Amino acid sequence: MSDWREEPLIFERSRPGRCACSLPHYELPKATVPTDLARAEAPRLPELAEPDLARHFSALAERNFGVDSGFYPLGSCTMKYNPRLNERLAALPGFADLHPHQLPEDAQGALELCFLLQEALAEISGLDTVSLQPAAGSQGELTGLMLVRAYFQDRGELEQRRKVVVPDTAHGTNPASVTMSGFELQPVKTDARGNLDLEDLRRVVGPDTAALMLTNPSTLGLFEEGIVEVARLFHEAGALLYYDGANLNAVCGISRPGDMGFDVVHFNLHKTFSTPHGGGGPGAGPVAVRRALEPFLPVPRIVRGKDGGFALDCDWPKSIGRVRGFFGPFGVFVKAYAFIRVYGPALREMSEAAVLNANYLLARLKDVYELRYDRLCKHEFVLSAAQLKREHGISALDVAKRLMDYGIHPPTIYFPLVVPEALMIEPTETESLETLDSFIDAMRQIATEAAESPELLHEAPHDRPVERLDEAAAVKRAIVRYEFGESAPEPG
Amino acid sequence: MGTGYLALTDADREAMLRAIGVSSLEELFADIPEQLRLERELALAPAASEVEIERELTALAERNVHVGRELSFLGAGVYDHYVPAIVEAVISRPEFLTAYTPYQPELSQGVLQAIFEYQTVICELTGMEVANASGYDGATVAADACFMAAHATGRGKIAIAETVNPQVRQVVKTYAPGFGLEVVEVPHSGGVIDPAAFLAASQGAAAAIFQQPNFFGCLEQAPDLARAATGAGALAVAHVDPLSLGVLEAPGNYGCQIAIGEGQAAGNRLSFGGPHFGFLAAKKDLIRRMPGRIVGETTDRRGRRGFVLTFQTREQHIRREKATSNITTNQSLCALAGLVYLSWLGSNGLCKLGETCTGLVELLKKELDLPLAFAAPSFKELAVHLGRSAEEVVREAKKKGVNPGYPLGRDYPGMEDVLLVAVTEKRSPADIERLAEVLGEVLA
Repeated sequence: MSDWREEPLIFERSRPGRCACSLPHYELPKATVPTDLARAEAPRLPELAEPDLARHFSALAERNFGVDSGFYPLGSCTMKYNPRLNERLAALPGFADLHPHQLPEDAQGALELCFLLQEALAEISGLDTVSLQPAAGSQGELTGLMLVRAYFQDRGELEQRRKVVVPDTAHGTNPASVTMSGFELQPVKTDARGNLDLEDLRRVVGPDTAALMLTNPSTLGLFEEGIVEVARLFHEAGALLYYDGANLNAVCGISRPGDMGFDVVHFNLHKTFSTPHGGGGPGAGPVAVRRALEPFLPVPRIVRGKDGGFALDCDWPKSIGRVRGFFGPFGVFVKAYAFIRVYGPALREMSEAAVLNANYLLARLKDVYELRYDRLCKHEFVLSAAQLKREHGISALDVAKRLMDYGIHPPTIYFPLVVPEALMIEPTETESLETLDSFIDAMRQIATEAAESPELLHEAPHDRPVERLDEAAAVKRAIVRYEFGESAPEPG
Repeated sequence: MGTGYLALTDADREAMLRAIGVSSLEELFADIPEQLRLERELALAPAASEVEIERELTALAERNVHVGRELSFLGAGVYDHYVPAIVEAVISRPEFLTAYTPYQPELSQGVLQAIFEYQTVICELTGMEVANASGYDGATVAADACFMAAHATGRGKIAIAETVNPQVRQVVKTYAPGFGLEVVEVPHSGGVIDPAAFLAASQGAAAAIFQQPNFFGCLEQAPDLARAATGAGALAVAHVDPLSLGVLEAPGNYGCQIAIGEGQAAGNRLSFGGPHFGFLAAKKDLIRRMPGRIVGETTDRRGRRGFVLTFQTREQHIRREKATSNITTNQSLCALAGLVYLSWLGSNGLCKLGETCTGLVELLKKELDLPLAFAAPSFKELAVHLGRSAEEVVREAKKKGVNPGYPLGRDYPGMEDVLLVAVTEKRSPADIERLAEVLGEVLA
């Protein structure tokens, strides 16, 4: 039984009259806001002295689990170590205190860094040119589809090309991005080897197809073996290929999306290039494209001028416009660029280690958990708890919660949808053999517990600040903010 | 082989390959068609050590003129407010920094509770009932609001004030074709929007968006604009500066249905434009149309309070093509910085900060003694006529160590001589005197 104490909400710690801040006192002329625009009643922000503020957030941090806390094999999220050097670099005053409206001639170092990152990403993707502007992977996807849309509009084919083909294994963001960019979704099936079903594909690809959205390797962790034929099929139909870079960690320096036939790629710098995910962002989702799509990229573009200096270029009349403020999440670019500099031309060693780690786990676990597609995997793989469910009533959720008792963050569960009771496991390259072995031991032990003491799994986790939470009640009660006026809980 | 970030030894690799049943690393990639395998090294700059990388990036950083190297009055959407040390101390905690989105609540109570507190702070600031866990920035949340409004009203048009930050308007226009929306801009009159013009433009609109204080730093007649929008059956959307809301009325208290804004000013460093966060809050009846994550309170089976991601049936991983948005990763850590900052300020600090800003603007008016571009009252930015090209004046003043502001002619043709000067509590009366002195010299 856990002995965690509840940490009160910051509003419950608040007492009128306390204040952590210290602000300068200036002698200033009196200025009044017109009465009809002035705030009648001040907002109730927390009122705490700084020591209590520090303790509150310290207590919250202790109730959270990050990559530094332990193994975090969350499939498709690439939870690798986040190098601390990169934090220090992004915080340099020349970067962190640089105003985005600074004149380009006084921001040359920042623009050069952006330019160098663009060049590196173009080389890694095998495509021609890059925009760093999108704020996250899903915005990169949306931007990519906006580019596809603009490309066909420019060719006078937009009316005709309404459909974007998305496999049933795709991340949920893919179909959502299709809708948000004004296209229609055309799903395709997965075949018995876990590849795109070519028969199904031949049936659906035609003159109304705008693009394919594909993650390669797929969310099953499998390389699309028929990708050459798939690319030929789409290109012959006049359609484009879009690469979801969520799983790029498998193939950096080994095989490039551009060489596979993709025309648009988005990257997740917070996955492949190690920038920390911050409990749900910030991310960064740059896009790379083939030359034919360049005129449509977001503006401003960051370019190198004839004099060797770096400039902002807005003179692209066919551009889709701006997808976000300024140039993108610059602080993330600093970290990603520093990470790429560590590996240099040997970046493939990162992907090789990621794939080796995943295959090692797979080889040592597939006798105790079902494996639907028995092939070598890439950076991740998907096991199933379906057998445990049939035989012992133990679900993927139970396995996930029990892993917490072993000090391990669970894999992604119930995704992809094509595998029942899915456990999607991505170790990343930064884990040691001992860590991998301890995960294997835990997973095998849990399979044994499922048969011998299933209640241990049903009741897991046992030593966390809370046990399993009632999610249905959360929707029903719809408490999404603190309601003032409630009494503070008793301490202790 | 390898870097300090990789832990496998040669012996480990051999043992692992044996366990897998292959004889080489190459075999693990046998499923990649041969013609697709890259048969050369990537053409990237040579690998470098930590010392070398620090040296190289420090050299790049030092080529930038940051706000510590000149006296800067730049604002125009991103502001040089003070970021207290406690903010950096909290957001560099590895349990926050290195966590993913809180999918597993038992391991994520820290982030979930922080988001719940953040949602509450945003609701308090804006006078709203529900806020999401954050959006990418102040521009994309405007596009999110349009998408919400289009679904809530079934209408196909967006009215947006010309006094809204140009970048926000550009992002709305980029998103609009995919949403099937037409965008109409409402021209300003004397630096603010005429409520009658706003009413006319809002007819048939799903949302009518204005900014308070607006891009020129002026205070709009916000309650009148909200009334005009709702009078035409549109959702009234206010884009607000979070740090103004100690002294300016909250949008939810004067009839807006949605409040959005750029959160950077609250605890996030300038960072050349990002990462920052956008906030989005609304009245409760819009909760099922909101994009992004929402955290709710619930209990575990022992009755203890806990927090979870809730109303997830709106979201892409469940609803796929029918979702309210495609957003997953948002700006958690930046929003956490916002929460810590606003908790550091507290109610009194927020009000005092607002008064300091309006007082500094008043001083600016007096000290600069230049013709005001607009008559409306200001919050922390002032638009002044220079009588000559503002771009030229900026370049000349910079030679004297002062960056005097943002030339509005970049976005508004005809305003080539107008300079937008921003102040925060980091600019002292002596700094303002220095600005006046330098502008006096340049304009003499």
